[in-house]
Amino acid sequence: MTSAELLELEQAIDRMVELARGYGLDFYDMRFEVVPADVLYTFGAYQGMPTRYSHWTFGKFYYRMKVDYDLGLSRIYELVINSDPCYAFLLDNNSLVENKMVCAHVLAHCDFFKNNAMFKHTPRNMVDSMAASAERFRAYEMQYGKVAVEEFLDSVLAIQEHIDPSETARQQRLIRPSDGDRNEASKDNRRLSPYDDLFSLDERLSTQQRKEKPRDIVHPQKDLLLFLVHNSKTLTDWQRDVLTVLREEMLYFWPQIETKVMNEGWATYWHQRIMRELDLTGAEAIDFARTNAGVTAPSRMHINPYLLGVKIWEAIEKEYEVPTGDRRDRFHVEGNVGRQQMFEVREMESDASFLRNYLTQDLIEELDLFLYQKVGNEWRIVEKDWRKVRDKLCASRTNGGYPVLYVMDGDYQVAGELYLKHAYEGMELDVKYSEKTLPHVFKLWGRPVHLETVLEGRNILFSYDGNRIQRKFL
Amino acid sequence: MGDTSFFISKDDWSLHRKGEQDQARHQEKVREAIRKNLADLISEEGIIMTDGRQVVKIPIRSLDEFHFRYNFNKSQQTGQGDGDSAIGDVIAKDGSGEKGAGHDSGAGDQAGADYYEAEVSVDEIQELLFADLQLPNLVQKSPEDVIVEDIAFKDVRKKGLQSNIDKKRTILENVLRNARAGKPGLHDIALDDLRFKTWEDVERPHSQAVVLAMMDTSGSMGTFEKYVARTFFFWMVRFLRTKYQTVDIQFIAHHTEAKVVTEQEFFTKGESGGTICSSAYKLALDLIETKYSPDRYNIYPVHFSDGDNLTSDNDKCVQLVHKLMDVSNLFGYGEVNQYNRASTLMSAYRHIHSPLFRHAIIREKADIYRSLHTFFGPSQSVSGGAL
Repeated sequence: MTSAELLELEQAIDRMVELARGYGLDFYDMRFEVVPADVLYTFGAYQGMPTRYSHWTFGKFYYRMKVDYDLGLSRIYELVINSDPCYAFLLDNNSLVENKMVCAHVLAHCDFFKNNAMFKHTPRNMVDSMAASAERFRAYEMQYGKVAVEEFLDSVLAIQEHIDPSETARQQRLIRPSDGDRNEASKDNRRLSPYDDLFSLDERLSTQQRKEKPRDIVHPQKDLLLFLVHNSKTLTDWQRDVLTVLREEMLYFWPQIETKVMNEGWATYWHQRIMRELDLTGAEAIDFARTNAGVTAPSRMHINPYLLGVKIWEAIEKEYEVPTGDRRDRFHVEGNVGRQQMFEVREMESDASFLRNYLTQDLIEELDLFLYQKVGNEWRIVEKDWRKVRDKLCASRTNGGYPVLYVMDGDYQVAGELYLKHAYEGMELDVKYSEKTLPHVFKLWGRPVHLETVLEGRNILFSYDGNRIQRKFL
Repeated sequence: MGDTSFFISKDDWSLHRKGEQDQARHQEKVREAIRKNLADLISEEGIIMTDGRQVVKIPIRSLDEFHFRYNFNKSQQTGQGDGDSAIGDVIAKDGSGEKGAGHDSGAGDQAGADYYEAEVSVDEIQELLFADLQLPNLVQKSPEDVIVEDIAFKDVRKKGLQSNIDKKRTILENVLRNARAGKPGLHDIALDDLRFKTWEDVERPHSQAVVLAMMDTSGSMGTFEKYVARTFFFWMVRFLRTKYQTVDIQFIAHHTEAKVVTEQEFFTKGESGGTICSSAYKLALDLIETKYSPDRYNIYPVHFSDGDNLTSDNDKCVQLVHKLMDVSNLFGYGEVNQYNRASTLMSAYRHIHSPLFRHAIIREKADIYRSLHTFFGPSQSVSGGAL
């Protein structure tokens, strides 16, 4: 972008901010940064966080995105960070009108970050705290070796989704902080000689008398990372720190994962409204229309969250403006409250409830959504019933699309072994991946680990003892 | 709130290298994985059967990012049609699925892509493979053959070409001289201070070598045997051509009789008939006598066979091998022996105890890598052989 264009963009943003406020959007102060493509892709690889720690997986992701970009296969238009002030990165070689659109889009994202309930507890200074932890990780690399840190990160990254972001879990942690556990864990941790087990044997026996069963959990715990932080005997202090940091980062990212469709739809809805209000030349209008169409293009194999989201938002507006059917007859919605309802939904819901409540039969048919499955060598459409499509879509957005695992026992077989259970709800786990992930859990736990799940309708237990994987039908 | 609620800025990001740095580490891991898989990689048909210039895709499982995930192939996914989709429509076939479409930056779990593939060029594989290979027992045969390969700036002198002036040293000399004179500082540069970078010729002895590649093309050499020999010679030829400037290679194909053939014929032609290995050795000796005098050449006869030689010919073979070793730097014998048979030729060769005799038995594709190391490894590992 030339400096003349920058100036024009600045004026346009001024106008857009005014328009957005007029619509009722409520966002933090904005910091727009124009960056070249490779920098934008770098940030993209680090999930939008420029200050994040280093790891080869980010490099791999960066390379893949960059290749796609270089080949013209895909591109990132915008990156926005959930922070106060809100940082947004614009692509330098976007056209002026593209960047105008992106700015409008980003304003709505920021409104969403600021007002959606899921984001209530996300720290708004994550850029700085990530920089601080990246700095610490670098120091660990110096002290304990690059390879040690990298391999540890490999292991934590393998299970990083297994946290418990729910409000209930948060409340419980506030009521009963696990400080007791933490002390106990670090006490165990101090001794790292090969005879560790022998020494701690007496101690373990004595604690056993004190408590019924050590490291046994009354309630199954979903937060595997937290459980490891508190109870793993093999972790050293720096490792505990890394684990804690990655857990907090995941907690920070989680609301974004859980509101992808809503958030993108919301931003798309508003960039369309705001752009329509701007004075665009004919050429610019066409440019905008083309870009907008690109963003909301359907794809056969995936659901485009921009498209699905914006369609649902528009349907909500329409439905609450002029209610029909049940909405009018059973719920007595008065009408003329389209926008009001939209703002309420953007505050209260996440993808799973958003889809469940507002993805209607009409929409599914209009969008021609379907379910497909692998049949032999082909991927075939197998279901078009709107309820099934909706339910599947909801299920795929539940828990961010990751399998739910619970820690059932931290002292399985009274041998300090870790017992995980997959909350099976009809979707099987990828066996190969599970078997490759268990060794990572073993590394973090230090004792044999077990995972119970269901395959072909039968309960099965995968166990890893440090040498090999065993499968056992239960 | 007013105008100050936003800023727009454009900074210089040219020094931002974070992504590249992590990518470099990733690249390093890819190379590591290639190195570990070298034994399998070098027998990839994709490389051997083509001109060897292409890029091959190799699965690198160690670089997968494993986590607990759903079985994509066994579950249903949501997709979107054009408005007239119907149950039973095929939307993609394996391997041709639309990948990476749209803006979903969380890509990577899509259909078909269940492991990470790295693109590797043959040159990269070659570089890793050849890093620890060499022509063993290389002797400089005719010292007058010296070629000048390059020049290197290695020396600093007081006289030289003005354009080659070494500013740093000149300044240093000036500062030192002024300090000695009691007037520290940089001033009054005199002729005496000037220093010039000067080059030297880099000379490399001209190492002449000839490889006599002999291969059994008799009827008993099946597809696998030929493929192995072919793979071995493929890499050998590439190795020699890249590592040394003047290496002659003579291709000798034999069944009951031997003849010199072109590289093209050597790799593509199949013949039938019995096997008399001594014919190839005799031809090799003839070639040495007429064309490649041991006074001027390092000679490396390498013979590939399935070991299925005419029994009465074995003694003669042993004799000729000894003769060849008298004039050669090494004699290599590779036996492709998939089923672990007791081969007649090998049992005869078992009694050859010479540091110059190297042999390898190749049972599977992965052994090719070891045989390359046996033949072209460092001199001390003479024991060799994939036994």
